[in-house]
Amino acid sequence: MNAIIDSVWLVIALPLAGAVGLHFGGRRLGEPMAGYVATALIGAAFAVAAIAAVPFIQGGEQATHIMLWEWMPSLGANLEIQWDSLSALMTLIVTGVGTLIHLYSVGYMHGDERFHRFFVDLNLFAASMLTLVLAGNFAMLFLGWELVGLCSYLLVSFWYTRPSAAAAGKKAFIVNRIGDVGFMVGLMVVFASFGTLSYTGVLDRAGDVLSTGTATAVGLLFLVGAAGKSAQIPLYVWLPDAMEGPTPVSALIHAATMVTAGVYVIARSAPIYTLAPTAGMVVATVGALTAIWAASIAIAQNDIKKVLAYSTISQLGYMFIAVGIGAYTAAMFHLMTHAFFKGLLFLGSGSVIHAMDDEQDMRKLGGLFRAMPVTALTMLIGTLAISGIVPLAGFWSKDEILASAFGMGGYGYALWLVGLIAALLTAFYMTRQWVMVFLGESRWEDGVHPHESPRSMTVPLLVLAVLSLVGGLVNTPFRFTLEHFLAPAFEGISQIHPPEGWTSFLILAGLSLLAAVIGVASGYLVYRRPTESWARFQDQLGGLWTQWENAYNIDDLYGALLVAPGKRATEVAAFTFDTRVIDGAATGVAALVRRIGGAIQPLQSGFVRNYAALFLIGTVAVVAWLVIGVWF
Amino acid sequence: MIVTAGWYMGLAAILFAIGALGILIRRNALVMFMCVELMLNAVNLTLISAGRELGTLDGQVSVFFVLVVAAAEVVVGLAILVSVFRNRATASVDELAELSG
Amino acid sequence: MAEVIIFGLMALPALAGGVTVVLARNPVYGAMGLLGSMLALGVLYVAQLAHFIAAIHVVVYAGAVMTLFLFVIMLIGVDRADDQNERLPRQRQLVILGVLGIVATAFAVAFSGRFSWVIAATGERIPQATNGTTVALARVLFSDWVLAFEATALLLTIGSAGAIALASRRGKPVDLPIDPEVTS
Repeated sequence: MNAIIDSVWLVIALPLAGAVGLHFGGRRLGEPMAGYVATALIGAAFAVAAIAAVPFIQGGEQATHIMLWEWMPSLGANLEIQWDSLSALMTLIVTGVGTLIHLYSVGYMHGDERFHRFFVDLNLFAASMLTLVLAGNFAMLFLGWELVGLCSYLLVSFWYTRPSAAAAGKKAFIVNRIGDVGFMVGLMVVFASFGTLSYTGVLDRAGDVLSTGTATAVGLLFLVGAAGKSAQIPLYVWLPDAMEGPTPVSALIHAATMVTAGVYVIARSAPIYTLAPTAGMVVATVGALTAIWAASIAIAQNDIKKVLAYSTISQLGYMFIAVGIGAYTAAMFHLMTHAFFKGLLFLGSGSVIHAMDDEQDMRKLGGLFRAMPVTALTMLIGTLAISGIVPLAGFWSKDEILASAFGMGGYGYALWLVGLIAALLTAFYMTRQWVMVFLGESRWEDGVHPHESPRSMTVPLLVLAVLSLVGGLVNTPFRFTLEHFLAPAFEGISQIHPPEGWTSFLILAGLSLLAAVIGVASGYLVYRRPTESWARFQDQLGGLWTQWENAYNIDDLYGALLVAPGKRATEVAAFTFDTRVIDGAATGVAALVRRIGGAIQPLQSGFVRNYAALFLIGTVAVVAWLVIGVWF
Repeated sequence: MIVTAGWYMGLAAILFAIGALGILIRRNALVMFMCVELMLNAVNLTLISAGRELGTLDGQVSVFFVLVVAAAEVVVGLAILVSVFRNRATASVDELAELSG
Repeated sequence: MAEVIIFGLMALPALAGGVTVVLARNPVYGAMGLLGSMLALGVLYVAQLAHFIAAIHVVVYAGAVMTLFLFVIMLIGVDRADDQNERLPRQRQLVILGVLGIVATAFAVAFSGRFSWVIAATGERIPQATNGTTVALARVLFSDWVLAFEATALLLTIGSAGAIALASRRGKPVDLPIDPEVTS
């Protein structure tokens, strides 16, 4: 058993080898072989991770540290793997969902002229994400953190010839930089306090070293980084634009894995947040606000992927609520189930887009159930799962978060209420999406012939559908498997749990279920009817709907508030300050020199006798000065 | 009546001034060169006089070095002159004003 | 008293030679004037006990250097008579200023009184110490000044090499043919 754990570095190495190998040989392998190689490698990584995770399933296994390379030992910054149940869970999600999405991409990217390049980037992303989650210190985590940001940038602007894709990639990168600065400063504070960046050196001693103030500062700075990576208020704006990337990218990076890195970091830093309840509450508040904010925007979106993007932001908000209040298991649970059903939904939407010749506007879809039954049914499962219908995955995880918030009491009641409303909205907009796409009359343009996607795309859909169906059962009030699995990773941390007892469970679960059912039912009833009645519903909401449709005009607000002054400052610096002051100084000096030169230029007559005369006068002057100097 | 160092100094000063005047008013490079030699000789004279007055041989040693340097200078200078003449067919320095600013 | 006579006899040809250099239209006359000036100066060196310097002064200057001058004068031809009009800008003013400066400085030196140690010095000469025989000079030259002596050897070598490099006809052909009128 130890042998396999010692070789857990293969989990990173396999996709990395795939990225390097395909970079050089991918074009020769061609389509679809390059895709299958990439899929096989990430699948192998999953297999290694699954075997290495067996001890944790048996329970109670402590963390294993594997030192790969001592990079900067005095900083605690080494290539070092920490293999504990938390990183094992993340690894399994990343490799498992990753394998399915790789397989799906083989079908989705069919015919793309940069087919192999896509799998290079995808494998590189997997390696980066695994570096992030397997890191044994904050330095390596940050390495992975930046690498996934890079891969996100590469993949969002994969179709870089489209200006909107290039712009979206830049936006994702820049907004993430803002968060990264906060994270980096946080890491500096950590290093200043502990003198090391290794998990063992920091997290085990947090209680002895950190004062509440420092812990709060670190917690808030980490939150800035996490909010950037996990698209929370106020840094969420990049994620909807990131939908410009190919749909498998949206599924893998912008739903299942990378965006959960923020949640993972906060969960990993649980000992620090335990010392700083204030920071935790800020995290939870940001999460709750984001959850309801993004959910409301998602209601009015017409782009099939934008709905899912805002839904992802909203669901990440739930995870932030959970890690904020200290319900780490619940957060990781929701992270896992969300990876299943949101991955499924994205892949399903990709299937639709694929079938409809890249049509993403739901108003031009509709009635697709008959044409693509597999996609429709699997997406229905995903929709019901995210809506929180018992006994699908989303119900259990979301309910655990809400119940935990309720169980905390006090401020937790408010979080619970916000979460509950957001759950209702979630159920509504997801049902709206499914109904708009798959039911009703067909509204697509002539000449489009929707068809079911190829096997390589439907198989991942089916697998993820099954996981969305039963994935919630790993942590139910009847059987806390995940709780026990993760227990060693959160040893010594007092987690928040749902209130004890079956009565409270039934009441809370019942309320959640009620909200979900109301959402699903109203969504069905409004959007099942013909198109004209949609407008009536929207008119009833009036200005609110416009606000939602325009995402509260946040992009314009940021544009006016941040981008415009920035541009203005740049213009002033470039065209006023630089041309007038900097260039002015330079040209001024040059003009001065030129003028002086012009004034004394006649001295250089070119006649050697002139020079001789001047030389003589100069010499006489010097001698005279010496003589006079002696004289006096 | 006795010849003081001042006599020699005065003679040297006059010779030096004549040489300098020659450089300034003549435009034949060869003549200018000879004026330079005249000035060097004037300086040599002062060096020897001052050395004798101070009771040291260093003045004469300095003259020795001036002689050597002057010889080298004449060799190089005349070579330049010949080279210029070969290309420009003139020894007048007033016609060589290409370095005018 | 003998020295006064020698000084008088030699100062006059020295000055006359110098004036000839400046004023002679023909460079050959100028060279002859310079030669005479140098010989006169050589005598004055002897009068000041600089025997060795006087000897090499005559040999090197009057002999070698002047021969070289004459050779070059003959080589590049006797230039047409200088036209005496000054055409250079401001040259005349500069010349007057320079000459006046020299005269003023000479007067300042002569009458400041601070330089009387050399100007008005009369007696305390030490013939033994300043008797510039070959042996005495060699002793100083090859003890205190040996490094400078070696440096002059290097200088002469470089000078010879430079002269050869400058005067050799290698490289691009001569642009302008020698004007027969000038050379004749």
